[in-house]
Amino acid sequence: MSDATTYQRPAIPWAVRLALGFIAVFVLFALFGQWLSPHEFRATSLLDRLRPPVGFGGTWDYPLGTDARGRDLLVRLAVGAQITLIVAVVGTLIGAVLGSLLGVLAAARRGFVETVVVGAVDVQASLPIIVVALFVLAMFDSSFTLFLLLIGLTGWEVYARLMRGAVLSAKEQGYVTAVRALGASPYRIYLRHILPNVVSVALVQFTVNMPLTVLLETALSFLGLGVQSPLTSLGQIMSEGRDRLLTAWWLTLFPGVIIFLLALSISLVGDWVRDRFDPTLRSEN
Amino acid sequence: MIGFILSRVARAIITLLVTVTLVFVFIRFSGDPAAALAPPDAPQEVIEQYRRALGLDQPFWVQYTGYLGRLIQGDFGYSIHSGRPSLQIFLDRLPATLRLGGTALLISLVCGITLGAVAALNRGRPIDRGVMAFSVFAFAMPNFLFGLVVILVGSLAFQVYLGGQGASSTALGLIAPALTLGLASMGSYARFTRSSLLETINKPFMLAAEARGIPYKRRLIRHALPNAAIPLVTLVGLSLGSLIAGSVVTEQVFAWPGVGQLLVRSVATRDIATVQFLVLAIAATMITANLIVDLLYLVIDPRIRAK
Repeated sequence: MSDATTYQRPAIPWAVRLALGFIAVFVLFALFGQWLSPHEFRATSLLDRLRPPVGFGGTWDYPLGTDARGRDLLVRLAVGAQITLIVAVVGTLIGAVLGSLLGVLAAARRGFVETVVVGAVDVQASLPIIVVALFVLAMFDSSFTLFLLLIGLTGWEVYARLMRGAVLSAKEQGYVTAVRALGASPYRIYLRHILPNVVSVALVQFTVNMPLTVLLETALSFLGLGVQSPLTSLGQIMSEGRDRLLTAWWLTLFPGVIIFLLALSISLVGDWVRDRFDPTLRSEN
Repeated sequence: MIGFILSRVARAIITLLVTVTLVFVFIRFSGDPAAALAPPDAPQEVIEQYRRALGLDQPFWVQYTGYLGRLIQGDFGYSIHSGRPSLQIFLDRLPATLRLGGTALLISLVCGITLGAVAALNRGRPIDRGVMAFSVFAFAMPNFLFGLVVILVGSLAFQVYLGGQGASSTALGLIAPALTLGLASMGSYARFTRSSLLETINKPFMLAAEARGIPYKRRLIRHALPNAAIPLVTLVGLSLGSLIAGSVVTEQVFAWPGVGQLLVRSVATRDIATVQFLVLAIAATMITANLIVDLLYLVIDPRIRAK
């Protein structure tokens, strides 16, 4: 039942619909793509090295072709997509939780804690995350857990800054004074009253930050310093195919295009979410 | 105003000091620095020698002050591979990186601001939507993919190989990697210029200028653009970070003999002394750049000077 005065939700733009569609297909491919191929992602076959994809002289045995060790590209892309997806989601979550917690803590405790957090934000802002990651990877043996934690550091300082600002301004609101006057404990004030009011800031930043996580993971893996063989990721597949760019273009172009479309889709959705839920951050006038 | 300058300088120095301290603590506690700085297959006596030479038998604060002292004297350690000072290796490669980064910054600024201004003046028209679509595209495009596509197109369509060592001396060999490196910044400059210009155009002083009978072109160039450019200065300062980060990848793709390639190579070969120096150099560069941006505001924005 709707009448004329009902608020009409603005239609979702077609670009965002397409982006959501691509993300859905990507997630399905990451979860179930391995079943599209009879091959195992590490299984090599020396007789089938560097087979081109179907349509470029290849056969349906290997629809997207094979790499230099005769491994099926389709199943490798599915596994790579899975790892890239896990790293993107978990990494973005780590940064969001860590950064938001520090930001809230800084605003809640003020004083020394705040000085330390603001100082740490300054230091992080003076070093690109990829340089920090390279520094740490030079010291320690690369492991998947370490890599995940490093990716998790992406953009934590942005959450910390945003959440600190949001909590500081929320603290000045009348409703906080009101519940405090009613005798609410500080925990209750923060968990039940302030947090629900500022969490949208972190949620919006989450969608904005996620493409950066995807690009950092694939860039580091592309440099050979991220996900290590036998495990694979989209960036790692590209890195293996790089030396054969001119002869076996499918090894770099297929994973590359998937990475690009994924980052593009997430940032389109992210921009839309930001404009929709946080008008103060609106990018367009 | 003096107070403002001093507080900014003090903050920059503190940030740099904290970064240096973190790097020191990290190297000191990530394992045995003697074993890390010595060649990987060094015998035990050599490692012991390194330990004494590095003063690792000293108390922690003595080591720390000694480390700071060496940094101030310009002693940043030696590469384990060539045995040459890290500083010297860095300086050898700096010109190539500056050439690439400078060209990328120039291309992205000129194209980005032009695109953004054109979009703002044609707001809502197809050309505006095209520019906005381009800025989203530029943001999401991984520079390693773009670089590889450029190399592929270059070799298939123009019969030039842009990914090799020798290519860096030709004009196309410079522009191709510079475009790859500058693409992301170009998108964000375009987007930012557009929104900043749109905001400025609707300010009351623009209406006042129109009322005074100042012609459209003059209003745009003398009144709107300078005001819209002020926040852009901050963005350029911030984008230095993405330029440095991007050059790490771009130099690798195009086999560009610069600092970014040196960093990746040093990490891959565990050349801790060189990695440590590069990290400090990058941090110092970015902190200085941010300081310059802050101080530049005094020059370009009289409102801050008045405070």
